[in-house]
Order: sequence, then C-alpha cells, then structure tokens
Amino acid sequence: MNLLILILVPLITAIAVFLMRNKEQVKWTAFAGASIQLILSLFLFKAFNDARAAGNTAQMLFEQQTALFKSWNISLHLGVDGISVAMILLTSFVVVAGVLMSWKVEKMTKEFYFLLILLSMGAYGFFISLDLFVLFFFLEIAVIPKYLLIGIWGSGKKEYSANKLALMLMGGSALVLVGMFGLYFGGGKSFDIIQLSNIHIPVATQKICFPLLFAGFGVFTALFPFHTWTPDGHSSAPTAGSMFLAGISMKLGGYGCLRVATYLMPEGAVEYSNIVIVLSAIAVLYGSFATMMQKDFKYINAYSSVSHCGFVLLGIGMLTKVAITGAVMQMVSHGVMTALFFAVIGIIYERTHTRQIDEMGGLLKVMPFTATILFVIGLCSLGLPGLSGFVAEMTIFMGSWERTDMFHRAITIAATMSIVVTAVYILRAIGQVAMGPIKAEYLHLTDATWNEKLATMILLIGILAIGLAPFWLNNLVSPGAEIIMQKIQLAK
Amino acid sequence: MNEFITLMKPELLLMAMIFILLISKLGVGFNQSNLMKLIQGMLLINFIAGFFMNGEGQLFDNMYHTSSLIVLEKNILNLGMVLISFLFTDWFKKCDHLAEVFVLMLTALLGMFYMISSGNLLMFYLGLEMATIPVAAAATFNLEKKVSSEAAMKMILSSAFSSGIMLFGISLIYGAMGTLDFSEIPALLNGDSLQVMAFIFLFTAFAFKMSVVPFHLWTADVYEGSPIGITAFLSVISKGAIAFVFVSTLYKVFQPFHEIWYNMIMVLSVMTMLVGNLFALRQQNIKRFLAFSSIAQVGFILIGVSSNSIQGATSVIYFVLVYIFSNLAAFGVAGLVSFFTGKENIDDYKNFYKTNPLLSWIFALALFSLSGIPPTAGFFGKLFLLTSGASNGNYAFLIIAALNMMISLFYYLKVVRAMFMDKNENPILPIQINFATKIALFVCGGGIVLAGFFGFVFDYIQALVK
Repeated sequence: MNLLILILVPLITAIAVFLMRNKEQVKWTAFAGASIQLILSLFLFKAFNDARAAGNTAQMLFEQQTALFKSWNISLHLGVDGISVAMILLTSFVVVAGVLMSWKVEKMTKEFYFLLILLSMGAYGFFISLDLFVLFFFLEIAVIPKYLLIGIWGSGKKEYSANKLALMLMGGSALVLVGMFGLYFGGGKSFDIIQLSNIHIPVATQKICFPLLFAGFGVFTALFPFHTWTPDGHSSAPTAGSMFLAGISMKLGGYGCLRVATYLMPEGAVEYSNIVIVLSAIAVLYGSFATMMQKDFKYINAYSSVSHCGFVLLGIGMLTKVAITGAVMQMVSHGVMTALFFAVIGIIYERTHTRQIDEMGGLLKVMPFTATILFVIGLCSLGLPGLSGFVAEMTIFMGSWERTDMFHRAITIAATMSIVVTAVYILRAIGQVAMGPIKAEYLHLTDATWNEKLATMILLIGILAIGLAPFWLNNLVSPGAEIIMQKIQLAK
Repeated sequence: MNEFITLMKPELLLMAMIFILLISKLGVGFNQSNLMKLIQGMLLINFIAGFFMNGEGQLFDNMYHTSSLIVLEKNILNLGMVLISFLFTDWFKKCDHLAEVFVLMLTALLGMFYMISSGNLLMFYLGLEMATIPVAAAATFNLEKKVSSEAAMKMILSSAFSSGIMLFGISLIYGAMGTLDFSEIPALLNGDSLQVMAFIFLFTAFAFKMSVVPFHLWTADVYEGSPIGITAFLSVISKGAIAFVFVSTLYKVFQPFHEIWYNMIMVLSVMTMLVGNLFALRQQNIKRFLAFSSIAQVGFILIGVSSNSIQGATSVIYFVLVYIFSNLAAFGVAGLVSFFTGKENIDDYKNFYKTNPLLSWIFALALFSLSGIPPTAGFFGKLFLLTSGASNGNYAFLIIAALNMMISLFYYLKVVRAMFMDKNENPILPIQINFATKIALFVCGGGIVLAGFFGFVFDYIQALVK
C-alpha cells in the first residue's frame, strides 16, 4: 500500500471543500473524504497484519523515500510500524466523528471544514513520516488550524485560549526544533529516523537534546508543568475542535516523545527517566484532583485529559516493554474516549446552552440515547473492565510493576490512587447531569440527531473493540515497543 | 565588445530603461496609464531577459565581475522590482511624477547591481551610494505629507553618516594593506589591530544599511513616512541586495577574520531579533509594525550568515527569495488598504475577512510565512537559516532564536485575529483590486505556498554558491 495516499486524500478533500459552492456540498465532501480515509486506514490495518502474517519482519512496512532537499539530506521518507498503524486508526475514527459532529456549523462552514481537514492531514503526515524534518513540518502545520478553529468558532474566552494554545505549542516546537538540530549534527547530518537509530548519538548530545525534545513534545501532550494550555484550549474550542485537540493532537506529543525522544536517545531516556516519571505522576494526580474542583463540563474532561495523558508519559518513562505498550494503548484508548466524551458534551451543550453541571439534571428522561452514551463513557474513563480505559491503564500498571525498586513502586501506587479520584468526579458529574429531577425548561429537549448518533456509535465501536478484545491492539503495538526496548536495554 | 555586452547585460538593460523613461518626459505625451503599462512591460521583459545569454568573467581590471550566482541574485531583485510595479499600480498611477519615481528606483537598483558585482572596495562604495541616495529622494514622493519629507531627511542623514563610517573603514584598509581589490585583501589579512578596526568600521556600515540593532533607529520612521511602494522597495529590494553583498564580502574577502565576525554577528543577531520583536509587539501602525518585523527578520538572516558555510550562504539567498514573496504580499495588501481608505492601523483591519476574503487570506499567508509556519515557504527559509546556524553547535543561541519565532508569532497573530475574529460594525469596504495587482498578489501567494516544496531551487542555488 502506498502511504502517500494517506496524505493526499485529506489534501484533495481540503481543496475540494474550498471549491464547493454551498454548505450542503461542503459537508458531504468533507464527510466523503473522511470516510474514504477511514476505509483506507482499515485497509492499511488489514494489509499490515497480512504482511506481518506472511512473515515480513522488517521494522517498518510500506516504506518509500523521495529526496526533497538533497543538500540537507532531507527526504520524504514514509513507513509504518504497529504503533503508527494504531495511531492512524485512532485518527481516522476521530476525524469521521468530528466531521459528523460539526454538521450544524453555520458560521463560515467552508472555512471550518477546510481547517478541520487540514488539521487531520497534519496528524496523518506526522504518524507516517520517518524523517524528522517532515515530521516537524506536519507537527507545525496543525498549529494554525487549531488557533483559527478556537478563535473563530469557539466559545467563552476564546481569543485568550487560542493565543495561549498557539504560543505554547509554538514554544514546544521551538524546543523540538533545537533538539532536532542536535540529532542532525550529532548523528552524521541526517534527519532520517531509521538512520539515526542505527547510529550511536554521542551521550553528551543526548543529555542536552533529550530534555529539549521530550519537553517540546511534552507541551503537546500536557506534560506537567506545560499543561496549562489544555484546559483553556479544550474548553473554548468548538466540539469538533475539542475532539481533535484531545483525541488526536495531544497524541502527536506522546508519539513524538516515544518515537523521537526515547527511541533515538536511549541513554538520555535512561538518564532522565526518573524526572519524567515524577513529572507525569504529578500530572496524573494533580489532573485528577483539579478535576474534582471543576463545575464546567468541558473543564472536567479537559483536566481529566491531563490526568489520563499523564499515564501515557508515565508508561513511556517506566521504560519496560509492557509499560510502553500500555502507553500506546492508552493513547489510542484515551483518544477515542475523550473524543466521544467531548462529542457527548457538545450534544448536551447545544441543547441546554450551559456547561455548568449544577444547572443540569435529569437529562436521562429526555435524552435517553445521549445519557446512555454518557454513562458508558464515564465508566470507561474511570476504568471499568470491558471498556478501553481499563485495558490500557492496567497494562501500564503491570508494566510499571516490573520495576521493583522502592521509587518506582511508590510512584506506581500513587498513580493508581488517581483511579479512585477519577471515580469520584466522574460519577458525581454524570449523576448530576443525567439523573435527579429535571428542570422544567429542559422538558422539551430532543435526543441526538442522526449525525450525532452516527458519530458517537463510530467512536463507541472503537472503545468496545479495544475493551472487549484487547489482543489485536496489543499484538499490533508490542513488536514496535519491543524494538524500542532493545535499544533501551543496550543503553542500560 | 561582445563580452562587455553579455557581462554587463543587467546593468545595460536597466540603463536603457532609465533613458527611455527620461525621454518619455520630453513631451512624448504618454498618459499615466499607458506609461504605467510601458514600465510594467519593460520590467517584465527585463526580468525575462535576465535568464538568457549570461556570461561569467571580469571587466575593468577586476573592478566589475560577474558569475552565475551574481546573475541569479540580480534576477531575484528584478523579480522583486516587477512585483512592486504590479502590486502598487494604483498608487503609481495616481502619482504625479510617475516617470521620476521609477527613474529613481531603477537608478537605485542599478547601484545595487554594481554593488553586487563589485570586485573592489571603491566600486563597491560607488554602488552603495548610488543605491541609497535615489531612494531617499523617492521617499519624499508623498508630496502633500510632511512625514514623507521627514522620512527622506532622516534617511539621507543617517545614510550619509554610515557612508562616512564606511569610507573611514575603507581608507584604513587601504592604509593597512595598500590595496582595495577583493581578490588581494584576504591574503594580506593578518589580524593586525588596525586591520581589525578597519573591518569593524566597514561592518558597522553594513549593519547600518541592513538596520541591524543598535543601528536600526532610522528604519521605523523612514518606513512609516515613505509612500508604501517605496517602503516595500526599501525593505525588500534594498535589504536583499545588502544581504547578498554582506554574505559574499564576509565569506570571500574577510574569511580569515571569521572568528571575529562570528562573535559579532551572534551578539548582533540576538539583539536584533529581540529588539525587533519586542518593539513590533506594541505597534499599531501597520507600516511601523512591518518595519519592526523586518528588523527581526534581519536577525534571522544573521543566523544563517554566522554559520560560515556554503549552506549558510545558500540559506541566506533562499531566504531573501522567500522573503520577497512574503513581505511584498504583506506590503501589497497594506498598500491597497492604505491607498483606498487611508487607514493604516491594525485596529482598522478588524473583521476585514468579511468584506475582503481574498486579501485577508493573502495577508494571513504572508504573515504566517514571515513567522515561519508551515506549509508556507517562510517555514523552510527560516528552518534552513537555523539549521545552517546550528552547525556551530551553539545551542543557547539556537534556543533564543527558536523562542523568538514564538514571540514573533504572537504579534503576527494579532493581525490575523483582527482580520478573522474581532467584531467590527464598519469594516473596511470591499476593495476593487486592479487586474495587475491581482496577478502580482497571486504570484506572491503562489510563491509563498509552493516555493517551499521545490527542493531543487535550494539545491540549484547551492550548486551556484559552490
């Protein structure tokens, strides 16, 4: 399968959206493009598994390389392993759902969909590129669409949030950029990830560049203390914007931390792993306690995203195969879960016009479908077995438990405690929204429309597929984690 | 004779155009619009002719030399000139002294060509003066505005001052080495303190012309006061030409001093980026805003210069090419708005998108390109500058530069926010864009979006630099 098509389809869709004449055409074009992309990703998943089953054990499959800037040794080098395939699957699910959830956008519809598709193109490109320069290009390409999506179509203090998000992400990519240069000049003047992984990068360089790259990507994935853009950004964004931000965009950071920082600089990763673990444990605990204080539904999910993404970094920092596998699974699981959560919040907000949970109540009576989904998603978030959250977090804990010394044990136990806190805030929020007496003005509310139902069902399929049969994801991801671990073993 | 024509073709063509324009004033009786078409046509022909029948070699006892790289640099400047004549058609047409304005601008361009081609410090000085004084005269051409004459006055005084410094430096060089020939100087450089002092004087004059901090104080006032077409010329063409010469002089003539100038450039670059960015944060007038942003851009160019490598030189030339597209697009839109409505404040652009979507997109693209956001060409230009600067392994310098990109994004986004997000009861009315201007805007926009993906352009320039 030619991977270039994964970038071309969104690009063509974006251009087509721009050429359309009326809103209906725009919406259907975007939907068609996103659906084609979903089918392509499923096809990629199948082709990948077939190739592996046929005994192809190459590290990266479907590789291709075209020189872009010969003088810098930059090329469009594409290829996927299991980890990337998992991330691409996640992206395509969230994009289709996001497009469906934006069906009612009236203001500048064309521009909205154009930016949305452009954002998804950035994510696809990021996950399939094996050249740091191209990877960075796709990382940055997504910043401006996010800024405009929040600033134009957002709500609340949207201009402040949009600015904060754009500047913090730009600051993060500035750190990534400098770290990249360190790799380039430390590793024989090449940006190619595969080549760099075969060269031993000088330990002195790793000690400078690992923190730069990890913190830089960490900004994207809400590494404490760079998480402050997350709550504001997520809560001000339009529904699809929040879904993309939390579901896809934060995962760019996690993937970067794993694939670029940890994989290319194993000595650096070992050296700094304790700091990473402490910071991510703080994010996990701080995020969940901060969530308890929130009254705004979107802020609740935004802070809980900080907490859940802390698990991703915790898994990476633990440096065991199981924990890293769990981190990737948590990225996929949290991506689908949080996108669905934001979708449900969007559905409710559109009808009640408030996001304050104490102003709602009894919505189960008038919106049974939406409220049911809300229950499922809440239970997934607090880690109920059978749903995706449990599988991913359990894997991370099991991986962390393999580190037997006092420090790692203590951190693992502390992080596990956050599950209790999660249960408290999730159950309280859901209870307040869905149960209890219903206010008179909410009695006429209608349930989800067809597009909203379709969007939530697509994401729900993802959650159940991971929760009920986790092995396909585990088998997909763990060979990739194994390769990363081999390098770390050598470094230890 | 034949060699003379091929080697000096760019200059001869410019001279021919200048004479045609002068004759047109002698009662041939063109009306404004025909004269404008004539000028645009001639510039276009000049640009296209720049690609054919070029030679390499030297003339007048190594006073003047040319190579494929120099021809390319001249073509880049020609391209900028064509775009300027198309972008500001409306203003030029209204200007009472159209022929004179172009005679002055073309004379300045001629001076820059001589400067780029010079093989001797004397020739270089002549070219530099010729490139400065006509622009100062052209800066007064908003005749009814007082600030315009003020701008011209400031420019002529400050450039006279910097020329004085440069002449002093040149005389010291002659005193220390007994020659002004570029090919003979490098062998004679031995680090003697007189030589170093002479070099620093020369360097300062360059910094003046490029408006490097702390020699930048004239820039914002001159940019604000001049008519916008001339401002664009100053900030794009003049700056580009000086950047070309700066690189070739430092890399070829003063190569033995590279340890001295590496430190100087590093300090100046950090100061230029910081001051340019911090001052740009607070500007309300769009021309002053672009002036400070272009000061900050010079700071980035200096990063590329500091690398002292082939890739550094290539990145600078590539960046100037990209910069022509992005900055001219920004000036083009600002010029249209200022010409039709007289509004020049950022607040006036509120809700601009509703009434002028095309102009807003082009302005936004230009600003993204200036701040270095993909997929615009500015991203590639800036990244290459930074990568070549990184070859020295100076990470602190790089982090400062990369964080400066973040600061600059903040103020560029201010304009984007005004155009796309802020509400406004009476936004600027829809602007009727002239056909020629539209073409130029599309060329700029296309350049911004596509130039980055044509990797062979960079490779081509690098092959020439070698």
